[in-house]
Parts: sequence; C-alpha cells; structure tokens
Amino acid sequence: MLQLFRPCSGFLYCHRLPEHVSTGHTFMEVNGNGVMVNEASKIQSEIESLEAKKAQIDLRISALRAQLNSSNSNCVRKERATNTNDSPSTGVSSNGQLSANMIYRYSRHLLLPSFGVEAQANLLNSSVLVIGAGGLGSPALLYLAACGVGRMGIVDHDVVELNNLQRQIIHTEANIGQSKVESAAAACRAINSTVQIVEHKEAFCTSNALEIMNKYDIVVDATDNAPSRYMINDCCVVLGKPLISGAALGLEGQLTVYNYNGGPCYRCLFPTPPPTTACQRCADSGVLGVVPGVIGCLQALEAIKVAAAVGEPLSGRMLLFDALSARIRVVKIRGRSLHCEACGENAIMTAQQFRNFDYEKFTQSPFSTSPLKLNLLSEDARITSKEYNERILKGDAHVLVDVRPAHHFKIVSLPNSINIPLGNLEGRLSEISASLEREEGNKCVDTSRGASLYVICRRGNDSQRAVEFLHRMGFTSAKDIIGGLESWANDVDPKFPTY
Amino acid sequence: MQLTLEFGGGLELLCDSVKIHKVDVDPQTEEEKVTMKQLLPWIRTNLIKERLEMFMKGDSVRPGVLVLVNDCDWELSGQLDTVLEEKDVIVFISTLHGG
Repeated sequence: MLQLFRPCSGFLYCHRLPEHVSTGHTFMEVNGNGVMVNEASKIQSEIESLEAKKAQIDLRISALRAQLNSSNSNCVRKERATNTNDSPSTGVSSNGQLSANMIYRYSRHLLLPSFGVEAQANLLNSSVLVIGAGGLGSPALLYLAACGVGRMGIVDHDVVELNNLQRQIIHTEANIGQSKVESAAAACRAINSTVQIVEHKEAFCTSNALEIMNKYDIVVDATDNAPSRYMINDCCVVLGKPLISGAALGLEGQLTVYNYNGGPCYRCLFPTPPPTTACQRCADSGVLGVVPGVIGCLQALEAIKVAAAVGEPLSGRMLLFDALSARIRVVKIRGRSLHCEACGENAIMTAQQFRNFDYEKFTQSPFSTSPLKLNLLSEDARITSKEYNERILKGDAHVLVDVRPAHHFKIVSLPNSINIPLGNLEGRLSEISASLEREEGNKCVDTSRGASLYVICRRGNDSQRAVEFLHRMGFTSAKDIIGGLESWANDVDPKFPTY
Repeated sequence: MQLTLEFGGGLELLCDSVKIHKVDVDPQTEEEKVTMKQLLPWIRTNLIKERLEMFMKGDSVRPGVLVLVNDCDWELSGQLDTVLEEKDVIVFISTLHGG
C-alpha cells in the first residue's frame, strides 16, 4: 500500500486521495501533479491550524473543568455546613440520598425495580480494581466507569500498539505509544468525570500486589497469562476479595467469579498448572476482537452485581462462550476444595507466603507476553536474515522453506519460498528434495556443494525445530534464518509487513 | 450406548478440529457400566489424532482440562468413577488464559 503511493508527496496526501476522487475529479485532471502537491501542502497547513485550535480548545475545556470541580466542591462544602451527611466524592449522602446530578445520570438504573436507588448507592460507594487494560479490560473499564463505580483502579505496564486496536476498544490511534493505563483512564474520565480513577502504571507482581489490591473491594482479572491468573487468585484469597475472572482466545471465552461468598477459588478448580504448550497466547493463536469484548462486558456485569449486591453472581458456575457456533453454556463447577493450597482448610497461603511465591516457576511460563526465544541449534546451522539477503543478492542456488501454518503464509511471505507447515514436514520431504534438484539444475551449481537449504518461520523458533528434524532426516546442510520473518522486517526490509 | 462428546478451548485441535462427536461406546461386558475411567482410553484410541499429552496425563485428563458431564463438573459426580448413561453429554474444555 505504502509502496504503491510512494511517488506522490507523502502519506498525508494519499490518505486524502479518495475524497478528491469523489469531489474534485475534474480539478485533478486539469491541474495535474503540480497542483496535487500544492493541494497537499494546503491540506497539511489547514490540519496544522485546526490542530492548534483544537489544542487551545482542549486547554480551555480542562481549565473550565477544574473551575467547575472547585466550585462544585465549594458548593458541597457550603451544603455540608447545613447538612453534614453529604459525601462529595460519590454524590451519595450517608442516608443513601443521591444528588440531583446523580439521579439524572443514573436514572435508567434507578428505574429498574430490581436495581434502584439502593443498588446504585452501593455501586457509587464501591471500588473495583481492573488488572489489564487490554481486550477484556477495555469494555470492562468503559462499562464500570459509565455505571458509576465510586473508585476504579487500572493496572497495566504496557503501551498501546496498532495491533491492539482491533480489540482493545478503549484505546485510540492517537494514543499509540502511550501507556495503556493513561489512555484507558482518559477514556473513562471522558465518559464519567465523577468516578475516581487511580492509575497504576506498573506490572502487577508479588511485591506490589497486596498493597495495590488492598485498596479495592472487587478485582477484575483481565490479564492474558497463566502465572498472573494464579498470582491474582492467591492475592484475592489472602485479602478476601471476590475475583471476576474472564479469559478469551480465538473464538472462545470463559467467565466465572472466584473466591466469592464461600465459593471456589481458581486453585480449587486448577490446583496444578497446565503444561506451557497448553497456554496459548492471542499473539500466536489470534483472537476475534469482539470475543474478549463480550467476555469483558460480562465481567463488568458480574462486578456490578457483586458491587451493587444484586442478583446471583456467577460463583460456583462457569460461562463458556463459543462465538463460532453462537453457543453460551453455563455449567456447574465444584465448590471450595478443602484441600486447596490457597483457600483450603490447611492452606498455607499467607501474605508472607504470597510475597515469596515464584509464579513463573510454578506455571513454567513467563508473566510477560514477550515471545519465546529458543536456541536449539549450533551456530553453523543458522544464518542471520542479513546474511541470507546477501546470498540472494549473490544469486546463490538455494531453496527457502517456510514452515509456518498455511494461513500465516497467506498473510505475507518471502518471494520464492515454499510453504511446508512444521506439522506436515515429515510427509513432504520429497518436495524439498525435488526443489533442491530443480534449483541445482537451473543454476548449474557445483554439484559437490549443491543448493543450500534454508528454513524460515515467523520468529525463528519453529524454523529451528524444523532444521533439527531435517538434520535427522539427512538434510544435513539445512540452516534456519535467525529471528525469522520478524528479523527480515527489522534488519533487511523495513517495509516487510509484520503481524 | 450413545454419547455426545464435545471438545473446546483448543482441545478440538487434537481431534481434527471437530468439536462435537456423536459416538457409540459399549461396556466391555453386558452387565458392566461405562464409567469415565473407561471412556478416556476409548477417546484416546478413537478420537485423539495428535499430541496425546495435551489431553491425558496418567489415566486422567491433563491439568487445566475441565470435564463436564451433563453441564456439571465431574468432580461433583465422582470424577473417573462417574457412571455414564445413554445420551449423556460429556464436555472437555481447556482453560483459557488469553485476554
């Protein structure tokens, strides 16, 4: 796409092109390229002047907001002189009366016979900690802010990236590169400035978990890895906090409430962590954006029920969501286990025990979602993407086998590579032999050396597994390209798409 | 005996990406009943096509797999000793961690 438009004067113009095509068609034909460039710079300067105006307006808005807040609290202070029952932070007086603003804002909740003033007042007096401002956290945070939770904490150490926006709907293009917590907090404040938002721009870990979580009534687990799930569960058990746990991957989601009202905790259900190979990540397996969206919304719902003390929270039951077949199933799960190591009768999980527990070791998988880096091969069985590029430029006879799954290969691939997914390698070795022979014939190479065999994948792990296998199968010269297509994009061709 | 077996949370990938299997499983002798203890090896032999270790560990399912018999955690019906009946629905679901 970028390459296609490169001859014209930059991205900005390309971006605006469709508008010109529809409204100024004749104009473009008559005036040709010179005017197009001119037009682009005009647009550019208009954008710049609009942005300057926007910044001024933003500044004015925040000044007015500050003024409003201080005059509001002045009013409250005056009111408190006559009526000492009013609480300025939540808009609820201690006798449960909502302020006029609160009544208007939450009127649709108050009209619900099964919710009403009492539940809304409970909500306004509650606090919720949302751990993770990603695919699950995005909708959960937006709804929790909108519904009027009194105080809301957001924990995340990540920054917003372009490939998050397909599902992490709380963030916007303008916030790419910014901390997820800041971005999410700004979105929540924009919806409801009466909610107190606390930003925790740090990784949630055993050294800060107890201190952070202690300040909240309810915890929403919106993280994306196994060690965090065990850690958050144990922390909730130690502090006696209900845990709204959601997970999503691919086209499926799961939801339940742990450690609530005598119900089971995560460890009651999963005392032994699964093998690492069973812990798939969205970054590897993919996820349809709306799936964590659905589960995140349901997490907000369960948090609201627990906070407002209405309905039957999903404790002792689990909701299983299968997006592809449009099936939602709610199943009954076991109760609290007497033998549970976190919450059982002889449980050893204390604050001290928790602080010293090594969750990464326990689950054999890392907190961070940074991808695995294998190192299976000796140095002479590997080459860098730069070296591989040099060999292409020299015209060396070679065959490049791409061992990614076929649907990955369809996203993007290097020219002249052949796709044999790792799982199918064993049955398709003859294709490799045939390609090598063909290449040797074409390039009239010195047959004592033969054509080289290179293997590539997305990040350079599967390619090493493939080379190991190929060596065993007699393709002793096979080499893997270190770091895979990602390193090709980083070190050789910055325009090569990554995913 | 007719049973419906369902695989989810990624476990379907071990059986040709098919989630729902309607199967016929018979007890070894006429009087005997089919329990989960007998069903698991039957599944191992007849349905699992790859990476067996992702489904079973020892004579039970691997850690992280939830087993539901008629929408109820098998812990509540006796785990491996759960006696199956005609038309039962057994769900095997791998717990998810993504988000």
